[in-house]
Amino acid sequence: MREVQVSEVPVQHTRWNTHDFPDAAKVLLEDSQTRKNVQHATNVIQGKRNKVTAELPDWEDLREAGAQVKAHTLRHLDYYLTKFEENCTRAGGHVHWASDADEANRIILGLVRSHGAKEVIKIKTMTSEEIGLNATLEANGVWPVETDLAELIIQLGKDRPSHFVVPALHKNKEQIREIFQREMNLPDLGDQPIDLATAARTYLREKYMRIKVAISGGNFLIADTGGMCIVESEGNGRMCLTLPDVLISVVGIEKVIPSFRDLDILLQTLPRSATGERMNPYNSTWTGVHPGDGPKEFHVVLLDNGRSPILADKEARQTLQCIRCAACLNACPVYHQTGGHAYESVYAGPIGAILTPQLHSMGEGRSLPYASSLCGACYEVCPVKINIPEVLIHLRGKIVREDQATLAGKFSLWNIGMQAAAFLFKDAGRLSMAEHLGQIGQKALVSKNGFIEWMPGMLSGWTQTRDLKAMPEQSFRDWWAKERAPQDKEDAHG
Amino acid sequence: MRVSLFITCYNDALFPETGKSVVHVLERLGHTIEFPPEQTCCGQMHWNTGYLREAVPIIRHFVKVYQDAEAVVIPSSSCVSMMRDHYVKAAEMDGDAKLVADVEALLPRIFEFSEFLVRKLGVEDVGASYPHKVTYHASCHSMRSLHLGDIPIRLLKNVRGLDLQPIQNIQECCGFGGTFSIKNADVSSAMLADKVRSVLNTGAEICTAVDNSCLMHLYGSLHRQRTFVKTAHLAEILASGHVGAHL
Repeated sequence: MREVQVSEVPVQHTRWNTHDFPDAAKVLLEDSQTRKNVQHATNVIQGKRNKVTAELPDWEDLREAGAQVKAHTLRHLDYYLTKFEENCTRAGGHVHWASDADEANRIILGLVRSHGAKEVIKIKTMTSEEIGLNATLEANGVWPVETDLAELIIQLGKDRPSHFVVPALHKNKEQIREIFQREMNLPDLGDQPIDLATAARTYLREKYMRIKVAISGGNFLIADTGGMCIVESEGNGRMCLTLPDVLISVVGIEKVIPSFRDLDILLQTLPRSATGERMNPYNSTWTGVHPGDGPKEFHVVLLDNGRSPILADKEARQTLQCIRCAACLNACPVYHQTGGHAYESVYAGPIGAILTPQLHSMGEGRSLPYASSLCGACYEVCPVKINIPEVLIHLRGKIVREDQATLAGKFSLWNIGMQAAAFLFKDAGRLSMAEHLGQIGQKALVSKNGFIEWMPGMLSGWTQTRDLKAMPEQSFRDWWAKERAPQDKEDAHG
Repeated sequence: MRVSLFITCYNDALFPETGKSVVHVLERLGHTIEFPPEQTCCGQMHWNTGYLREAVPIIRHFVKVYQDAEAVVIPSSSCVSMMRDHYVKAAEMDGDAKLVADVEALLPRIFEFSEFLVRKLGVEDVGASYPHKVTYHASCHSMRSLHLGDIPIRLLKNVRGLDLQPIQNIQECCGFGGTFSIKNADVSSAMLADKVRSVLNTGAEICTAVDNSCLMHLYGSLHRQRTFVKTAHLAEILASGHVGAHL
């Protein structure tokens, strides 16, 4: 393909800002309306999800089967991608390979321009967020129209998605009405769901009928047929997949599955996990192009953009099993408090905390693997059994090792404290001595009521909201040595 | 049975009463307790914070101290989950085949305290009496790693005079997470605020759990707010005022 000139391609994608998670979270925690919206929405989805997974006697088997399908595919990813390319091409599709975001943007812009399109309609797609496609298109004179209701709200509100299944879950209907009133010029718009849906429908119908190029992501690439599958709730996807002349799908390489029949498993687990529905209202599968039926031209852009190095890391490879259901976000107690924006990434929540830094080869998002109490709720609900806590710890290990290789990291308070603790824990005599020193040393901090209410430095994080019980004067081991060990000795000699 | 107690580092320094209670309950049931004085820590703080290499010598030390034990009892589900979920991996990471084998041989003999009572000894009524209104906080590791299910609840229901009050959102983390409570102090505090609200809504005088780490976190806020709600490890409740049943 000829080289396409792209002006003002955004430099980095995936990550929006570079605040550390604790700082970004602090700002979000103070936004009580957003927190209320997020907690309400996640509780509703989580409740539905729990209901429809509990009704399946083989739910755990389905999770295991889904995990095995994805793990198997990843072990043979080169084979299945090539097979997909062959079969898709044979069916009349065009397959493009993009090693990074810039290459993907260039390919897509080239295709859009070759059809002279000034506007494109879009189905909600995470990969297009990941590569910053909308910004690229706009900078090059092409207007992307988001057709998913929540994405439309985000686009018109000049906002960012905070969740990757329900991107506007941090907004309530009054806030959405304000956006529509302003952006669609509808000053008298009501705030009932039907008013908002009607406004969006009227706004979008005209676009579907007129715009000839559509851009989508993809839930599954099917290797043995060369086909694709997209599931959605609103029917906007079906419009975009069938009405335009040209369809361009940008899909991560990890989305391939070996066979059409694997959908049997994944189309049971995905909707139940994502929206708490037994089945998605719209399930579209298609293969290539067919005269007089659907788009005349079909392109798939296979996106790597940092995925191959994840595949090469045996411990972290399971990250790529993700089918983007976002059940881990809805289950996560950290996400419940902050919502998605605190992660400052296209991919929020527990999966975002492991995926984002890895997509950047650990160069960005380094505070994200620490944005978890390791409670394990994410792993418990994951329909493809990604052990997110295990990967979080693995990534923390990488970060610690990298930090220790720098002078600043070596002499950081954390490293010195951890090395000192490791020294103590190697020997009970040392630990016991440290306990005795602590019992004396803490006296400067203990209040009259027997509690520590203030601590210095990084430990102040604890005492800002919590008291700490002082160490009692006698440790358990001292009690045992005084009260029980002599008795043990007597018994032994007795 | 000859039971080796692993008290854990933070219970040793901060919660000796929990250790004494474990000894009391198990001795009342006729078992012999030994306390290997060389014991230190399970390595969880280092491992979970990403100091993986630093955790290995601590793990090796634990295995050395306990490898001949008949049964190891630990009053902390998070320390037990550290062992079950991560010890083999840590030993493999270190490339130490002998340590892998030793860990695999030791793991089946390691028990969390309440799990030891119910699953190993088959005891659900330890003859305790505790005339208080109590709510049970299910720690994340007890639920999702050890799968204790209703084991602690069954033990509590057999305590004379105890009025057990269910807590809402039992599945949600209290926000402690070890170094998470320091590194992400604001988010941790927000999670804690929700959990404390749930505890207070039960109207209980006492909140119990199988982990003093969660309880230390919860009580930190309950005390700061002068709520007068107290916390007590499950072992301390089970060690209270025996009435002699099953003995």
